[in-house]
Amino acid sequence: MSNSDKAQEKKKFAGVFLDEISKSPLTVTILAIFSGLVLGGLLVAVTSEDVYAAVRVSFGETLRVAWDAAWRTYKALFIGSVGDPARIMAAFQSGDAEAIRRAVNPFFESLVQSTPYIFAGLAVALGFRVGLFNIGAEGQLFIGATTTVVVALFLKGLPAIIHVPLALLAGFIGGGFWGFIPGWLKAKTGGHEVINTIMMNYIAFRLSEFLLRGPLKNPEGYSPITAEIQDSAKLWRFFESPIRFHIGFFIALFCAYLVYLLLFKTTWGFTLRTVGSNPHAARYAGMNIVKSTVVAMFLSGGLAGLAGANEVLGVNHNLAVAFSSGYGFDSIALALLGKSHPLGVVLAAILFGFLRNGAIQMQLTAGIPIDIISVLQAAILAFIAAPAIIRTIYRLKEPEMDLDTITLRGWGGN
Amino acid sequence: MSPILELRGITKRFPGVLANDHIDLTLEQGEIHALLGENGAGKTTLMNILYGLYSPDEGEIFVRGEKIEVRSPSDSIKAGVGMVHQHFMLVPVFTVTENVMLGDEITRMGGFLNRRAAAERIRAISDQYHLEVNPDAYVRDLPVGVQQRVEIIKLLYREADILILDEPTAVLTPQEVDELFTIMRSLVEHGKSIIFITHKLREVLEFADRITVIRGGKVVGATTPQEADQNQLAAMMVGRAVDLHLEKAPAQPQDVVLQVEDLVVLDDAEQVAVNQVSFEVRAGEILGVAGVQGNGQTELVRALTGLTNPVSGRVTLLGQDITTASPREITELGSAHIPEDRQRDGLVLTATVADNFVLNTYYRPPFARGVWLQEEKVLETAEEIIEKFDVRTPSALIPVGSLSGGNQQKVIVGREFSRPIKFLVASQPTRGLDVGSIEYIHHRLIEKRDDGCAVLLVSTELDEIMELSDRIAVMYRGKMIAIVDAAQTTKEEVGLLMAGVVAQSGG
Repeated sequence: MSNSDKAQEKKKFAGVFLDEISKSPLTVTILAIFSGLVLGGLLVAVTSEDVYAAVRVSFGETLRVAWDAAWRTYKALFIGSVGDPARIMAAFQSGDAEAIRRAVNPFFESLVQSTPYIFAGLAVALGFRVGLFNIGAEGQLFIGATTTVVVALFLKGLPAIIHVPLALLAGFIGGGFWGFIPGWLKAKTGGHEVINTIMMNYIAFRLSEFLLRGPLKNPEGYSPITAEIQDSAKLWRFFESPIRFHIGFFIALFCAYLVYLLLFKTTWGFTLRTVGSNPHAARYAGMNIVKSTVVAMFLSGGLAGLAGANEVLGVNHNLAVAFSSGYGFDSIALALLGKSHPLGVVLAAILFGFLRNGAIQMQLTAGIPIDIISVLQAAILAFIAAPAIIRTIYRLKEPEMDLDTITLRGWGGN
Repeated sequence: MSPILELRGITKRFPGVLANDHIDLTLEQGEIHALLGENGAGKTTLMNILYGLYSPDEGEIFVRGEKIEVRSPSDSIKAGVGMVHQHFMLVPVFTVTENVMLGDEITRMGGFLNRRAAAERIRAISDQYHLEVNPDAYVRDLPVGVQQRVEIIKLLYREADILILDEPTAVLTPQEVDELFTIMRSLVEHGKSIIFITHKLREVLEFADRITVIRGGKVVGATTPQEADQNQLAAMMVGRAVDLHLEKAPAQPQDVVLQVEDLVVLDDAEQVAVNQVSFEVRAGEILGVAGVQGNGQTELVRALTGLTNPVSGRVTLLGQDITTASPREITELGSAHIPEDRQRDGLVLTATVADNFVLNTYYRPPFARGVWLQEEKVLETAEEIIEKFDVRTPSALIPVGSLSGGNQQKVIVGREFSRPIKFLVASQPTRGLDVGSIEYIHHRLIEKRDDGCAVLLVSTELDEIMELSDRIAVMYRGKMIAIVDAAQTTKEEVGLLMAGVVAQSGG
């Protein structure tokens, strides 16, 4: 073999390696996140007044100021979501416990923000796996929070070891019931779950509002908010104030593991996944589609309900009107980002939690509107949802060269 | 005179596959040229190159002696090349005129569509070639055969002289096939030239002027119907001698396994599709149900397998009343079903080969212990079935949708035959498959019969029915108009029955 042949071989090997990377779906996800960040940076630069002032000076100055603005934004985002390394170092050197807690709080607070995302993301992902588009996670979350707060408020004198699981169970069943209704309607009448879950959202919002202005309202206050729940129902916090990090995060991880087991390791999961991928074949194989739909919607609603329960028992310790601010809706995007796989959902939820938490800090220190984060999330998702964009920008290869894909499928085909 | 179309040394590589390997092909003016080969031989790739959907890695294309560059379908349309794809490219909610105009609209001043002018041209084309297509009909209301003619009109409307038809007969009934070939004849008489892609030997011998056989991306032979016979062509296609004629021992029918009495089934539109049908299938025999597509066979099979409930009548399987039983109950009695539409009903294309093997047994030992799937056992069984049924797949863990049609069908056959069964419904078991796979599946069906399984074979391919069946039942407009002994009937008699012509008694 001549030298040039060897070089050729080597090149071929590198080529194969690059090919593999460029075909991997993970590459697209990572590049989508990266592209979203770049786009966000551009947006910051374009909306910055300093940059416009610099335009009058020179082109180089414009670039410098723009870079500066983007850099400051992401620095604030990092400090807000992970913490300021310098401050953490200083705190540990000083040995002051409270200073340490304050310094590392951003990181733990991001995990606190991630927790409801994990629950709600799992809810939507489970639905996707069974071919159901559960847009109702937000409403299920509200109902779950409401049923939880009832148990957490009015059951008294129980030990925590019983009260906490009971309150969580109440949230699961409440959310599950809210998911069960559209599931049952779909199975029995064919009513589409997208429409029905959206409508159920409105009912849930107004219902919880009604309850918070009436029977559940703290009798000693004026605002539509409940009294503080029993201490025995609170989720255990690992550290003292101000760190709110609580055991809910690990319960969420455990739930992700359970969903993974259910979907991929049990016969029930086999049924659910088959119904989701090809209901015709599921029927042919003797699976019960009605039952699968109803069960899946119940479980999906239940997981969303746990997101609400988690917020009540772990973070707020009460229930207020509009407390969720869109966890349920974000979770649709998040489930897509996580490719409807429990592990993907956990990772996506943590990303979203860090972004959300960092955004608050970003607004405070860099004066960047919090909406930039929404744009960032939207851009990342748009890139994920349209992998063709990412493939074109980065000149990636198609994942599988299917000989038939190029001849477009006609409507009569399959 | 130079040929109207010439392909020289066309080569196309896909990652890991040499789809076309220096293919030469000439098409003379006014001929029907058959491109014969098994699925995956490279026929469609070659035609997609000619049509501009792929670009070749090497090779040249000449039209009327002039070299042309084809970079997109619009280049090939300009050169007078048109293609009818296997899956039609029509918009169902548009009229014929609108579909034909699409992409080549005649407009009046101000950009308004001139439907009338287009419709007149379509009518003229339709009359000239006897296509009998109404320009104002909505495509969704047309039978498949007519839709195909709409596709042909699209090409003629764009003044194509070279027509490529990709597997044109795959979706047609026997009558529609005959009509299509009449049309093709009339097209070549008017100076058009046709390449038609197929793997059906009979059609090639009957209708082609010349034949080119492709195997593994290479041209392996060129011949004419006068010089070749079915066995030669099959051998060329498959690369080995193929046994087209099944050797089978006479059936040894035993006890009645399936008994159907006065069955009435409705179709999706709530119309009576199966009308008072009664018959029985015995262990160790194959009952073939012949009939033109759409005469109630689909609904009959759905009722027997539990996918629909009949409105009246009785179905008994192995002594149990299964008239309203669920698919799972019927399966658990020892019944197997090779469904008509394998991709819709028979497989989960996105799931792995291994998962598809256990699609209807996953919930039972040994594949499940309690609610836990036994993945190792599933995989182990998958490897065994792949080996035993010769499924060509790189692994048991790739999506079944990436396999070829023949191998997908082997996955279904492997799955259904790997558990003890006493009754088998095989609906169009070889539709769209190549010669090698057909041969394989036919042998397996006979094997099952000889094992003492009762087999109900539903097929619109008369040859298949004649070859495999011990008794033949003919369905016509929802009724089973005759059940005849396969040994004492002829293809002509069954063909007439399929058309609804019932022989007079004693005739």
